[in-house]
Amino acid sequence: MLLKLFITFFKIGLFTIGGGYAMLPVIQKEVVDNKGWLSNEEFLDAIAITNSLPGPLATNCATFVGYKLSRFMGAAAAVLGAICPSFIIIIAIASVFRFIAESKYMQYIFAGIRPAVVALILFALVRLTKSVGIKALNLAISFVSIALILLLDIHPAIIIVLSGLFGFFFFGREAESK
Amino acid sequence: MILVRLFLAFLKIGAFSFGGGYAVLALIQKEIIEGFAWISEEDFVNIVAIAEMTPGPIAVNASTFVGYKLSGILGAFAGTIGVITIPFLTSLIASIYFQKFKDSKQLSWILKGIRPAVLALIGAACIKIARISFVDYKSILIGVIVFASVYKLKLHPILAIFLAGILGLIFYGLF
Repeated sequence: MLLKLFITFFKIGLFTIGGGYAMLPVIQKEVVDNKGWLSNEEFLDAIAITNSLPGPLATNCATFVGYKLSRFMGAAAAVLGAICPSFIIIIAIASVFRFIAESKYMQYIFAGIRPAVVALILFALVRLTKSVGIKALNLAISFVSIALILLLDIHPAIIIVLSGLFGFFFFGREAESK
Repeated sequence: MILVRLFLAFLKIGAFSFGGGYAVLALIQKEIIEGFAWISEEDFVNIVAIAEMTPGPIAVNASTFVGYKLSGILGAFAGTIGVITIPFLTSLIASIYFQKFKDSKQLSWILKGIRPAVLALIGAACIKIARISFVDYKSILIGVIVFASVYKLKLHPILAIFLAGILGLIFYGLF
């Protein structure tokens, strides 16, 4: 299990360019679809938690998944797996990086990858939205949140705390009235 | 002892790196360049480029690169482990409590409120990245092709990234 966690997150670290949200589609594919380690809902919970804490989304997600499956050792194995590719690749190319970055072919490749990252995030979003359920209340929470982020530039951690408070009082009262 | 100072500097950077990648780049600029004058502003431009262009989390890439520039493999090690330590511990503690209370109904109410908000976070990130990524009709075309290939043809996202690189070479290299 530890080796599986290490290899899966190694793969995630190795094939995700751009960091942060760009890594979500690959994490979802591997961890939710292929391995079944998390459900789509748990994956969203993991993102909520990792977004409210310091650190890269991918390594925080790795900690969450690793801990769920094999406690402390699992978390350590998953995080090491996620950072190893960066470590190896950076050291391997640090001295020749300028040469690689200035190559026009590299720039063409990246010009292709950038819009693809948007498409992949959108794809992940579509599937996660379906799993949460398209209901009026959910849509309302989503739209208010996205407006707060895009128009007022509110920090994601604040959005998570506010929506959590809303959920606690709203769904709590709903449960009591039944 | 430069390795200890490097480790401590990145420990601090990691502790304040809310929001991952770009937050860390800003902290590196403040702590390492302005604070320690360890590397030049010019090198910083390279750091940003290498962190974005190599696979993996931007924060980890940047820390490894800065550590390596300053004192070789051991420096890279100190930078990487330093930046990851506090996030690892905080995520670990959060995961422990999450697993402990995940069946409580109070937590389920909270999560019901949070999940649609997380969709909004992802959506907002998608819109922000789209604004800088869709620069011409070629990039829009690549975006549409990639979306169709993962949505309709069930292409694995990793393969989709390779496909996008090849499309970039063809569209921008040949035309």
